Amino acid sequence: MAKFKTRLKVKMKDGKVNVKAIMSHPMETGRRKDKKTGEKIPELYINEVVVTANDKMILTADWASSVSKNPYLSVNYAGKSGDKVKISWKDNKGNTGEAEKTVK
Amino acid sequence: MKITMTATIAALAFVLSPLTAVQASPADDVKAFQGYFAKKFKDTKFDDYVNGIYAIDPASRKQWEEIEDFPPYELAVEDGEAMWNKPFANGKTYKDCFGDEVGNIRAKYPFYDEKADTIRTIEGDINKCRTDNGEKPLGWKKGKIAALSAYIAFEGRGKPISIKMPSTEKELAWYNKGKTFFYAKRGQLNMACADCHVYNSGRSIRADKLSPALGHPSHFPVYRSKWGSLGTLHRRYAGCNKNIRAKPFKAQSDEYKALEYFQVVMSSGLKWNGPGARK
Amino acid sequence: MKRRTFLKGSLAAGVTGVAAGSSVLTPVFAGSHGGDAAMKPADAYKATSVEDALKALGITAEDSDKITVTAPDLAENAAVVPVEVTTELEGAEEIIVMVSKNPAVLAAKFKLGETADPGVKCRFKVGKSGDIVAVVKAGDKYYTAKKAVKVTKGGCGG
Repeated sequence: MAKFKTRLKVKMKDGKVNVKAIMSHPMETGRRKDKKTGEKIPELYINEVVVTANDKMILTADWASSVSKNPYLSVNYAGKSGDKVKISWKDNKGNTGEAEKTVK
Repeated sequence: MKITMTATIAALAFVLSPLTAVQASPADDVKAFQGYFAKKFKDTKFDDYVNGIYAIDPASRKQWEEIEDFPPYELAVEDGEAMWNKPFANGKTYKDCFGDEVGNIRAKYPFYDEKADTIRTIEGDINKCRTDNGEKPLGWKKGKIAALSAYIAFEGRGKPISIKMPSTEKELAWYNKGKTFFYAKRGQLNMACADCHVYNSGRSIRADKLSPALGHPSHFPVYRSKWGSLGTLHRRYAGCNKNIRAKPFKAQSDEYKALEYFQVVMSSGLKWNGPGARK
Repeated sequence: MKRRTFLKGSLAAGVTGVAAGSSVLTPVFAGSHGGDAAMKPADAYKATSVEDALKALGITAEDSDKITVTAPDLAENAAVVPVEVTTELEGAEEIIVMVSKNPAVLAAKFKLGETADPGVKCRFKVGKSGDIVAVVKAGDKYYTAKKAVKVTKGGCGG
C-alpha cells in the first residue's frame, strides 16, 4: 500500500495527450525544524519520477527537495485515445508510488 | 464613531461603524454590504466574489488558476467520500444523520437551531453525528473533518447561498453577535475583520493582498498552500485572529459560530464554491 | 570524484551500473542523488550558485530567446511557485531548472521522450527573490533563459 498517494489525469487536448499528476508527498528539505522538538526534520523528497505511455518513456524527472510539497507535474505528448499512461516515482528513502490511467 | 448598546461589546473598543446603522435589518445589511463591494470593485462580477482575492487581483488569479489545474484538495475530497460511504460500527451512516443526498447538505448550513438555541454548522453536525453513533469526535480544524467537509462542499458546489434571513429574536441575537464580532477591533494590532476585509480589501499588507469579505465562507474548507493541507473555516478564523495578535477563540465556539452565521448571511445570493484553493 | 556525464544513455565511469532500460525507474543519469547509500550526492545538487551548478554538470549554455520560462512576477506563495518551461529549439531533449537564490540551486532535471512536447510544468520553492533559470539541451548543445521572480514575506499569512 503506497505510503503517499499519487493522482494522475490524462486527457486529449488540442490533439495531444495532456498528462498531469499530483503526488501527496511532504518534500522535506532537511532544513525545517520541528516546532515541538527543535530538531531538524530529515530530508524526505521524491527524487525520481518516470512517466510512460504504453511503456514508452515520455518524461523522466530528477528532483531536488526544492520541488514544492505535494508536487505537481504536467507534460504533453503526441498520443491518442486508448494509451495507457503510467507515472511512477521513488523518494530518497525508497518509498515509491505510482498511478495508471487510460486516455479516453 | 458609533458605540452599540449591547453590554457584550462594551469591553471591545467598538470604533468602526458598520455599513448600516446598528438597528438595520439583516436584509438591509446585506444590501449595504454587497453594494459597498460593487462600488469598490466595479469590474468584478458579483458571482466571482466566491473566488476571493482572485476576483479582484489578476496577477494572483493567474497563479491560482495554475494551482487549480490540478486542484490540491482533490485527494482530500476522495478521502471525504470514502468517509461518507463507510458505516459506523453500529451500522449507521452519515447519510442517516444528515438525512439527505450529500449534494443537498452544504446549502442547509449554517442554520439556527431553536431547540438547542445555537447555530448548527457542518463540522458541528459531522461530530454530532459521530458522537450520536458511538464514534469518537474528530479534531475541528483539519484532517478527517476537513476532508469530509470538503467532500460535502464539493458535492454541493454551485448551489445558491440561500440562508434564512434572521428574523426571530434569537436568530437576530446570534446574527448581531456575529456582526459585532466582525466590526469590533481586537488584538494588539487593534483591528477588526472589517478593517482588512471591507475597508482595505484589495490593498496589500506586505506580501498579502486582502480579500473582500463578501463570499468568504463560500469556498471552505480551504486548501491553503501555506498549510499544505485542508482546513476548516474556524481554523482560518483562529489563524486570522492570531495574526492580529488577538487571542483566538476555539473552533465551534459561540463567537466563531456567530461570525460564520453573519458571514454567510452577508454572502446571500452567491453560490457555494467549496472546497477552495488559496495561497 | 568522477564527474558525472550528462549524456543520455551513457553509464559514467565509476557509477554503479543501472543497466539502461532495466527498470522503469532508470533515472536521467544512473545513480540518482540523495538515496543510494553507495553513491555520494551529486556535486551539482549541492551547488549554491547557477555558475557552480553548471560547472558541476559540465555545461556551458548560451542565451536563447527560443526558451520561454513562465513564472509569476511576484509569487503569491514562495513555497509553491508554478513554473512552465517551453522551447522552440529543435531536438530539445532535456530541461534543467535552477532557482538562483535557493540554498541549493539545482531543482530539477527533466528528460523528454521522443513524443513529448518540448515543455514541462512543475512547482518550486523559491527561497529568495531571484531567477528561475532554465537550461535546455538540444542537439548536443545547451541553451538557457531565465525569468525573475520576486518573493516577499510577511503580511497576514497566518
